[in-house]
Amino acid sequence: MKRKDVAVYEDILKSNVAAAAEVRRRMRERGVLTVNLMSSPGAGKTTLLERLVEKLTPPGRLAVIEGDIETERDAERLRAKGVPAWQIQTGGACHLEARMIGRLLDELPPDLDFLFIENVGNLVCKAFLTAQVLVLSKADLMGLLPFDPERARREALEVNPALEVFRVSALTGEGLDDFVACLHRARAKLTPEDGRHA
Amino acid sequence: MHEMSLVAGLFEILEEKAREHGARRVTAVRLRVGRLAGAVPELLVTAFDMYKKGTLAEEAALITVPVPVLVRCRACDEKFEVDDYVFQCVACGAPDLEILSGTDMLVESIELETDEDASL
Repeated sequence: MKRKDVAVYEDILKSNVAAAAEVRRRMRERGVLTVNLMSSPGAGKTTLLERLVEKLTPPGRLAVIEGDIETERDAERLRAKGVPAWQIQTGGACHLEARMIGRLLDELPPDLDFLFIENVGNLVCKAFLTAQVLVLSKADLMGLLPFDPERARREALEVNPALEVFRVSALTGEGLDDFVACLHRARAKLTPEDGRHA
Repeated sequence: MHEMSLVAGLFEILEEKAREHGARRVTAVRLRVGRLAGAVPELLVTAFDMYKKGTLAEEAALITVPVPVLVRCRACDEKFEVDDYVFQCVACGAPDLEILSGTDMLVESIELETDEDASL
């Protein structure tokens, strides 16, 4: 019996990174803009999606993958709008991983424009650094609460200056058209080299 | 706990390396954890100790090595460490920074126990 040290220098996320690259490649080839939505619970992701379904495209050309700890509830809300929706129960993992998404790709309808992934998770992790869009939800409550949207925007841009920031109210519809236009622009820009629109 | 799935990725690497080197056991693991890697070193150790039971790394200790966030300014080429989440160049104020390190988790090295006879 002997012991030896072996230098490795490998990323422990490498299999997730590879699976994510594969998901991006497949969606890019099909011309599908894939949007990964993340927020803390209760921010209004599902409600925002319900409004987007009405604005974006015929409902059948949009699909949603829902991540949830235990329930089917969010997927049911979207199916009620005519949207193909899958629920992945993460069972305590804090967010969806690329392989969980990869397994579902074969089940997606053939003619899709948009795939939304409603992820589980807070933004404590580095997701915030690589996000491309920040949606400040519940704009109808701004002014009623001490929350300062301008300060939130400024501080978010300090961390990630590339962010495009939208103020949206799913209740009144405020700001929705601008966000929808941004999604259409991002989809139009999809090229084989750049499939990355978070 | 998200550290558990990170540790699962770590074990894929451990098993692969042990196989490559004909080792029977892994006795230590050094993991470089970026400050922005989104994992808490203490929780990684807890998850590792839960996961390792009944595996080839049952006796192994996980040693985490913190890695600072180093960036380079794309405007003036200044390189510096970010420790307060403010991504702005300390020299020229530009916001466009390239992150050089501190966002990933790399297995630096592992200690393997091999069967001497098998390696002859």
